[in-house]
Amino acid sequence: MLFLIILILSFAAAYFLPWWAVAIAAFLAALFIGKTMKESFWSGFGGVFIVWTSLALFKSIPNDQILVKRVAQLFHLPHWTLLLLVTAIIGGLVGGLSAISGFLAKKAVSSKD
Amino acid sequence: MKFLKAFLSIAITLIFIWALNTKFGDIPPLGKFLSPAVGFWQNAESKHSNAAENLLLDGLQAKVTIQYDEHRIPHIFAENDHDLYYSQGYITARDRLWQMDIQTRSASGRLAEIAGRKALDIDRYHRRMGMVYGAENTVRGMMKDPLIKMVAEAYTDGVNNYIHHLSKRDYPIEFKLLDYAPEDWKPINCAFLLKLMSETLAGGSDQFAMTNNLKHFGAKDVNDLFPDYPFHEDPIIPVGTKWDFKPLPTPKPSAGFIAQMTDSIKPKERVPGIGSNNWAISGSKSATGYPILANDPHLNLTFPSIWYQIQMSSPTVNVYGVSLPGAPCVVIGFNQKISWGVTNVDADVLDWYQVRFKDNTRNEYWYSNKWNKVNKRIEVIKIRGQKPLYDTVLYTHHGPVVYDSNSQRPKDQENIPTGNALRWVAHDESDEFMTFYLLNRGKDYADYRKALTYFTAPAQNFIFADSDNDIALTPNGKIPLKFKDQGKFIMDGSDPANDWHGWIPYDQIPTVKNPPRGFVSSANQSPTDQTYPYYINWQFGSYDRAKRINDLLTVMQKATVDSLRIMQTDDYSMRAQDVLPTLIKDLDSSKLSKNQLEVLQIAKKWDKHFAANSIGASIFNTWWQKFYEMTWGDEFENKNMLLNYPSIDRTEQLLIKEPNSKWFDDIRTPVRETGADIVLRSFIATTDELHHKYGNPGKKWQWGQVRKVYINHLANIPGFGSGNFESGGNSSLINALRGGNGPSWRMVVQMGPQVKGYGVFPGGESGNPGSFYYADMFKTWKDGQLNELLFLKSANENSDRIKTILILNKAK
Repeated sequence: MLFLIILILSFAAAYFLPWWAVAIAAFLAALFIGKTMKESFWSGFGGVFIVWTSLALFKSIPNDQILVKRVAQLFHLPHWTLLLLVTAIIGGLVGGLSAISGFLAKKAVSSKD
Repeated sequence: MKFLKAFLSIAITLIFIWALNTKFGDIPPLGKFLSPAVGFWQNAESKHSNAAENLLLDGLQAKVTIQYDEHRIPHIFAENDHDLYYSQGYITARDRLWQMDIQTRSASGRLAEIAGRKALDIDRYHRRMGMVYGAENTVRGMMKDPLIKMVAEAYTDGVNNYIHHLSKRDYPIEFKLLDYAPEDWKPINCAFLLKLMSETLAGGSDQFAMTNNLKHFGAKDVNDLFPDYPFHEDPIIPVGTKWDFKPLPTPKPSAGFIAQMTDSIKPKERVPGIGSNNWAISGSKSATGYPILANDPHLNLTFPSIWYQIQMSSPTVNVYGVSLPGAPCVVIGFNQKISWGVTNVDADVLDWYQVRFKDNTRNEYWYSNKWNKVNKRIEVIKIRGQKPLYDTVLYTHHGPVVYDSNSQRPKDQENIPTGNALRWVAHDESDEFMTFYLLNRGKDYADYRKALTYFTAPAQNFIFADSDNDIALTPNGKIPLKFKDQGKFIMDGSDPANDWHGWIPYDQIPTVKNPPRGFVSSANQSPTDQTYPYYINWQFGSYDRAKRINDLLTVMQKATVDSLRIMQTDDYSMRAQDVLPTLIKDLDSSKLSKNQLEVLQIAKKWDKHFAANSIGASIFNTWWQKFYEMTWGDEFENKNMLLNYPSIDRTEQLLIKEPNSKWFDDIRTPVRETGADIVLRSFIATTDELHHKYGNPGKKWQWGQVRKVYINHLANIPGFGSGNFESGGNSSLINALRGGNGPSWRMVVQMGPQVKGYGVFPGGESGNPGSFYYADMFKTWKDGQLNELLFLKSANENSDRIKTILILNKAK
């Protein structure tokens, strides 16, 4: 459930600036419905990972990958898919860390425990 | 505890996001840059483009139709001139915004604002040599002219309209990499582009090194080695052309025409071989009976290209050609009636004057037997992440003192004399855009001549052909009136006799129209023979390209566009023709080993073409370079003093005419060498080097393998350039491709009732590495082919080459 909500919110956040709007999305989602730390992290990581991968491919496929191939050379990466992976992992980490923060914040203010 | 955990987690997350949002050194802010929502992925253009696009723009006066052809070259049709230049600004910005930004930043000494301290030296150089001062003067000249004021302001408004509606995710990728934002365009930026051209083409000098030469070798040797007219020459204005004017009296040389030296003093070095070709044949030589004009300016080759192709049409004009991104009008091109092009003149329009200050306050300087006030101009240089630098530049009536002292001068500027004031024509008020505005609308020879009178700098050999069967060529620009050799060396700034004495009148500038030989041409060689009454410079580009062009054109009959296109990629070496027979004759082959004799055999059989698969070219090129270095290196390579090497031309003369010259003696050896000794020694060194690097003669020895050619991104970003490729050509050949420099635009125009243009530049119209039009013309250029240029007569003309249409509507 948390995963799905982060996924949807991250998609929506992509239409707003700045780029770290995804962090707010993951944080808020976990704040409200995060259950465990592990679940929060992987939901945040997975949600943003998938959103960033999809959005990147959405732009890059009709481009025949010409830009991503050039930028991969700029970063000295042997293949453009590695750049896609780096993109997705960075997005995932931002999402995961934010979700954990959201979850921990929830625990900190919650009366149960 | 749970609060601490939450706090720590949030803190770590925030720091992580902050780090991903921050630029570290050359690493872009990774989160921002990689985010598909705003980062570089957004710059990936789709191959599915809309066939039609409508935009509403405020500032327009009426509707503008822009048709894009298969190379995404825009063809603008506007209902008035304001809208024409407005939309030129708008669509140029759409394709080339970052290039426009970085070039004007570079010219105006504002790179450190985005690149930090590492760009400070280059910024200071541009400020201190008066680029901003010159651009301010030029924009003042532009704004005095109501027509050009309208043009520049409309262009500026168009650019700004584009910038104001640009969202961050659509910023050109380089802004994202360097993490900064586009800023408003200003008319002075158009002037900065002219200053940049002047810096490239007329901003170098070797007066400091020449002055050192004089001190080190004395006048006799310097006069012998640095003559005022070359050994081999074939001037632009055909030899024997009569000068039908009464020249102004030539100024008298000053008493002490060479200044004393203060200390080891070097401006931007004069780069030999910078140049371009143009030629035009008259109807008598062409298959159609109408003139054909060809031009290929040699400049640094970059992605994006320095040029932007465009067709511009309004009720007053319909012109096709290349423009400079950031400047209005077409610079090289054609219309229904005329075509024109340019090569560099290399007139001496940059001089250094030694300044004597009264005291350490440097408030006054000695000139004309009295103390005069020094003007101080404060340049504020902003530096990213640091406090701004306030740099005071001293100005005498000559111009800025570029470096006050040696400690102020960076190491890579050692050819700039310190404590000397710079007099440079690019500092003067000017109105060059009027030349292009008029040429764009020109109908005949008279219009061409009138347009040229507005041009100041950098002086260009303007070639011309029209459909009335006139051809012409004029080495044109504001050229100072000087005594002979004035400015060959640094001058005493206190003597008014050393000042520039006005200008060569425009109607006395060398020009040729319809010469009997049936063609005109220029390739940066001497503008005239020695009968021309005025001094322009003591040195010009070597004659090699010009001579080859003239040899080919002399015998050409019934020429077509294709004949001239093939000529543009000609790689025959005039230098090899001039010196190789002597090198071979003087080479004592009895002293050669079997391996060396094999190499000599290849050189003997070589056809003198620098083709990509030629082995002879690699051998000759290495041999000649070594011969040159061995001849002069012992005398001119000096750790303590910057000296100017003699020219290639003088070296050829020495080899052919003076084999026993003292200059062949290697002063580092006890024996006395002759020319033949240096020929042998340089040949053996050549074979040693080639064998060592490439094994036995074979594919690896081929010119295309030995010599690297490439086109880099304008900011040298890895992956954004062409990479190395194999090609023929070399400097001093018509196909003057070397390193990252060469024919930046090749154009051939057939005049006649139906003018037909052909052209190509290495690159593409788009400056976006994520566009299909970033480098789509590169292969055509590399293969020596030209594209037929689509010259539409009206917005209604149908062409199946038009792929998309952009309509700009006036916003209500």
